[in-house]
Amino acid sequence: MNRRDFLKNTVKGVAGLGISAAAIEFLNPKDILANINKDTAKVRWAFLVNTYKCVGCGFCVKACKQENEIPYDANVTRTWVERYVITKDGKRYADTPKGARDGFITTKIEMGKDKFQEVKDEDIQKAFFVPKLCNQCENPPCVQVCPVGATYQAPDGVVLVDRTWCIGCGYCIMGCPYGVRFFHPKYHTAEKCNFCYHRITKGLKTACVQACPFGARQIGNIKDPNDPITKIILTERVGILKEEFGTKPQVFYIGLDREVK
Amino acid sequence: MVHGELWTVKELFVYPNEYIYWSVQIVMYPFMTGLVAGAFVLSSLYHVFGIKELKDIARFALVFSFALLFVAPVPIILHLQHPFRGINNLMTPHFTSAIAAFGIVFSTYGAIVASELWFLYRRHFVSIAQPLKDKQDKTLGEWIKFFIFCSLTLGVYDVSDESLKKDEKAIKVLAGLGIPVACFLHGYAGFIFGSVKANALWMTPLMPVIFIMSAIVSGIALCMLTYILTMEARKFLSKRKKATQLGHQTSEELQSAEVNVIRMTAKYLLLFLVFAISLELLDLVFRGYTATKSWDVLRSVIYGKDFTNIFILQYTIGNLIPFILFLLPNLTIRRAVLAVVLVMFGVFMMRWNVVVGGQAFSLSFAGYMHYHLPIIPHDWETLKEGFFGALAVFLAPFGLFWIITKIFPVFDVKESH
Ligand code: SF4
Ligand code: SF4
Repeated sequence: MNRRDFLKNTVKGVAGLGISAAAIEFLNPKDILANINKDTAKVRWAFLVNTYKCVGCGFCVKACKQENEIPYDANVTRTWVERYVITKDGKRYADTPKGARDGFITTKIEMGKDKFQEVKDEDIQKAFFVPKLCNQCENPPCVQVCPVGATYQAPDGVVLVDRTWCIGCGYCIMGCPYGVRFFHPKYHTAEKCNFCYHRITKGLKTACVQACPFGARQIGNIKDPNDPITKIILTERVGILKEEFGTKPQVFYIGLDREVK
Repeated sequence: MVHGELWTVKELFVYPNEYIYWSVQIVMYPFMTGLVAGAFVLSSLYHVFGIKELKDIARFALVFSFALLFVAPVPIILHLQHPFRGINNLMTPHFTSAIAAFGIVFSTYGAIVASELWFLYRRHFVSIAQPLKDKQDKTLGEWIKFFIFCSLTLGVYDVSDESLKKDEKAIKVLAGLGIPVACFLHGYAGFIFGSVKANALWMTPLMPVIFIMSAIVSGIALCMLTYILTMEARKFLSKRKKATQLGHQTSEELQSAEVNVIRMTAKYLLLFLVFAISLELLDLVFRGYTATKSWDVLRSVIYGKDFTNIFILQYTIGNLIPFILFLLPNLTIRRAVLAVVLVMFGVFMMRWNVVVGGQAFSLSFAGYMHYHLPIIPHDWETLKEGFFGALAVFLAPFGLFWIITKIFPVFDVKESH
């Protein structure tokens, strides 16, 4: 380290101490501004999943992995599709092999590592698919628990992770009741779906919405009364996942079943 | 490979991104801070409440607590995916997170322990530095020694009775202040888990209290163990020295002192053990009785998959057996050692069952995850988050203690007060 670097680092260090002292104040002007923005912001991104339309092809999962550079063979994914099978004698099965990256290519249900369960067609009472992704919760526990503020919520409601600041403690992964978070295999920082933030902020649809051939996935602005998804959410019966955690999810489901975990 | 995939085996329906992300180092973290807090509380029992019988072990416990203190943050750092960014926690603490206050609580506590130690050893520092100061032409070794101890006195050479009285008062205040801070340090580790609403096993307001109680238990146990070990070593040395050094404590004297201290300390250990077990059982009974949505999966983990870990290893071997060993009359040193080792094992298992047990079931409540601790390391990750990483964390305080006692000797020193 030469003298200049040393000086630079010292200045940085002192500035850092200053920041931490400022953060002790309860009313931080930036927070106040963010809160004001929250109410007056013109955009609040929300997602609508129509489970009746989903056939479990997994095109969305594939598209997401490619778009967001999640290593294709890594066993983690920002979005996935679950299959539920309920038999006539009341047995319930669910699986999501590789997050349904390749769709559901066999009727056998995956029961853990290298274990499969055959269910005969005639025994099935009902069966359906449920796509999952980050709920961009209005009251996100993952943001609450991040010790360094690397996970934060944008004024338009999307929860983002700062890869340059995340220390990789995994507290947010523990804090999310939906299990959508994981460590990025390459960057080793917390990772999750962010509604393709780089796309939606430029007026594009998310990669998964675009990839779905059946229109099971839709994204829109819930603050705009004329947005097609806002209309559906306001006029039809929609459900959300795990309401009991008080996270106020912003991914809405049409045709949600009580068996969905 | 994704972090956690290596040691996680999934069963039934588990969400695709779920793995055991918090592994053995997160078991070590509350275990080590528990030892810190426990050791400190033990030393305070003498300094604050004046429990005379604990005088001998009090000084010892304080120094040991100091050694442990340096090791306590190590498991967290070993656990982080970006250890070098750990400092961010101090740069931009995000106070809604339970982990954010770690640096602050921790350094407050460290400052208290360090200043208490200073008051306790001030006279000792002066007694070494003063003669060296007056001495003309010092050798290099003496210069170094002088330099170390002279700086440790912080320039205060006043050892009059009056000033020693003041020291004593300061120690009392600091020890008193230290108790709530030590409890906070550890209760707060409990809060880190207890406040995770997504985790059905962790989420209970009792968690911090349970953590504090078991921390005190384990801290006392560790102090007793180390105390016995050092006393044995001294006995051994005194036997050898007997012929040459008169006036040195004899092995028999040491023996009786040792038994007394151990018997007395064991009583306090039992007391806290009872608190700890009652709270844990209360939690278990309450969960079963209220049987909320998560109970089905919790029951299958507690009474099924983790039965051996919880009921055999933790409650029977780690709690019940040492409890009986302590209660039987005429406690001997050998029996105490066994009991104390079992108690520490029990507390370790309790941490294990909380941390790993809390991740033994999927958030879907319809699947399980099994943790396989990596033993033979084959890369950096399996080394630091494996058996050897944990072992290193456990052994480090003993080494540190040995170094620290070179400056803060725990035996045969003149009291500052
Ligand atoms: S679903 Fe999970 S990761 Fe997404 S905002 Fe909610 S708590 Fe955070
Ligand atoms: S893993 Fe990263 S984003 Fe998640 S809580 Fe820790 S520092 Fe924050």
